[in-house]
Amino acid sequence: MSIVVGKTSAAPAFPIAAKKALANDQLRRNVAHATNVIRTKRAIRVEEMPDWEQLRDAGSAVKQHTLAHLDHYLTEFERNCTRAGGTVHWARDADEANRIAIALIREHSSDNPNPDVIKVKTMTSDEVQMNHALEAVGITPIETDLADMIVQLGNDEPSHIVVPALHRNRFEIRDIFRDKMSKPELTENPEDLTAAARSYLRERFLRTKIAISGANFAIAETGTVCVVESEGNGRMCVTLPEVLITLIGIEKVIPTFNDLEVFLQILPRSATGERMNPYNSLWTGVTPGDGPQAFHIILLDNGRTKLLHDELERETLQCIRCGACLNACPVYRETGGQAYGSIYAGPIGAILSPQLQNLEHSRSLPYASTLCGACYEVCPVKINIPEVLIHLRGQIVREDQATFTGKLAVENVAMQVAAHLFQHPKRYEAAMRAARLGQGIFEKNGQLQNLPGMAGAWTKSRDLRAIPKQSFRDWWKQREKGPQAK
Amino acid sequence: MHYNTGYHREAVPLVRRFVEIFRDAEAVCVPSASCVAMMREHYVMMAEAENDPPFLAEVRSLLPRVFEFSELLVNRLRTTDVGATFAHSVTYHPSCHSLRMLHVGDAPIQLLNQVRGLDLRELPRKEQCCGFGGTFAVKNPDVSLAMLGEKEACVLETNAEVVTALDNSCLMQIYGGLHRAGSAVRTMHIAEILASENSASSAAGAA
Repeated sequence: MSIVVGKTSAAPAFPIAAKKALANDQLRRNVAHATNVIRTKRAIRVEEMPDWEQLRDAGSAVKQHTLAHLDHYLTEFERNCTRAGGTVHWARDADEANRIAIALIREHSSDNPNPDVIKVKTMTSDEVQMNHALEAVGITPIETDLADMIVQLGNDEPSHIVVPALHRNRFEIRDIFRDKMSKPELTENPEDLTAAARSYLRERFLRTKIAISGANFAIAETGTVCVVESEGNGRMCVTLPEVLITLIGIEKVIPTFNDLEVFLQILPRSATGERMNPYNSLWTGVTPGDGPQAFHIILLDNGRTKLLHDELERETLQCIRCGACLNACPVYRETGGQAYGSIYAGPIGAILSPQLQNLEHSRSLPYASTLCGACYEVCPVKINIPEVLIHLRGQIVREDQATFTGKLAVENVAMQVAAHLFQHPKRYEAAMRAARLGQGIFEKNGQLQNLPGMAGAWTKSRDLRAIPKQSFRDWWKQREKGPQAK
Repeated sequence: MHYNTGYHREAVPLVRRFVEIFRDAEAVCVPSASCVAMMREHYVMMAEAENDPPFLAEVRSLLPRVFEFSELLVNRLRTTDVGATFAHSVTYHPSCHSLRMLHVGDAPIQLLNQVRGLDLRELPRKEQCCGFGGTFAVKNPDVSLAMLGEKEACVLETNAEVVTALDNSCLMQIYGGLHRAGSAVRTMHIAEILASENSASSAAGAA
């Protein structure tokens, strides 16, 4: 089985990628501005809900229950979707999902060896790198969600779960459109950009026979699939073509239609600060004479079932991809999403990517957080992201300690020494005395500078007060001797 | 430090030592919200994993007696005026763990409001992390500095002479950035301000 999560395997470690992002002032301004706007809107929409905390509890409870009985609800969904005229496919990993999609496209376009397909709202297809797989066999994928289209036309990578082109401003978008749509006169006015995108897309909506979509929810009770969006391009994709192929992760299933009551309140408020999404599309199998006459849904595992055995790890799968944690994260705010080296960026990406891939390629991600807790505070399904991050750090440390080089690594040695000193006060005090004597060579005007090893990462750009002549412990001892000692 | 960085096994003896030292204490006052958050969020979990029921029972019995400094004063002792005088402009940085894990709310603000002569200035975007994050500061030094840069700018915007917090770790980070940038803004733990009796001695840094 080959588990692929975007281009993570080839991505540089987070601190290296982050350094590059931090040097891009335009990117940082765009990200800070966009996240400020969405955060403010979200806060207003959450504030007006008297039962917000109960909604979070309910969202979390529904997801926990579903994940604990995932086999039951997935097969229930399969039964009901099939009964309604849909066809359900199961994909163990990225390769299998791509093979199924390609076979379906071939089956429905036997007259054309190089067909186009329109795509919308499917980050999961980025996870399996479907565009790459389609292009490799002569099929042309056309992204139709406005932001995805900007990313595709700009040969770029998405930087946000909900707003993939958040790192681009309208001047940059104008330049991409001018270049790729042959419209040299195009202005950066939002109306003009929208009109250009509209005419470019409409033509493709009308002539393309096959669409690939993602989904926000799959309802076991009825076999219904639900997509929420802001533009209406999703509605075009799921209604106009003759054939619709939907790709979802297996964690997207929810038990009943009534459960939407909770999720359709928390998702738009958390994602875009809207009370309701402008377009909420729901479809159940195939309706003769209305919409696509062939509907296929691919249920993707790609590492998800590995997370089910552990209650804490399983929480990760509760995610409804609202992106609120990205907008709240002070690390994401500085670096943007591409530094995470995965289509799943920000705090949720820092726990999702490494778990799906068994920590193989993304070992730096669990450390890309100060554990400030802003992500957990806004998560509408209460995923305790800081706790999962600490859990994953524990796994990484244990893996490293099992190797010879890992045992000898500077960090591990420092941690062992510190743990030892913290347990033995006499030795701790002796070490502090030695440090006080030894710090002289690094001390300048009461500040420590150019410290060696890991501490050098601190003193390179920050000052550090030298250890004072009298420690708190010494002061405390003197104080206990009597007031005259003060 | 150990637990949050992933050294879970190494953290357990430190929990045992903490219990050993403080088991008979009536109340344990901790001048760091981050340390209290570690105890409340993880000590029980660590003790459970040890399969040692007496140890777990001791942890459970000790934890309710552990207080963060401002919690102890305001919530437990019902004191907001400690008789301090500190005639300086001060801005308060609510550390992430005091804010989002301990939920100390406005306890520190209540304390600062009672200090004679103190001019409290609201910190813009105060709820944003300072970028310290323990080993994050050295594992991701560039991002940590970028975050610190934003915090410094907010502190300077207040024109306060002093920035205070419940956590010396955040203050070490904020001091490190401000001092390197040549700023005269001082960092003081809230306990240092509350221990100030007259503005002259504290201004000289002798408090």
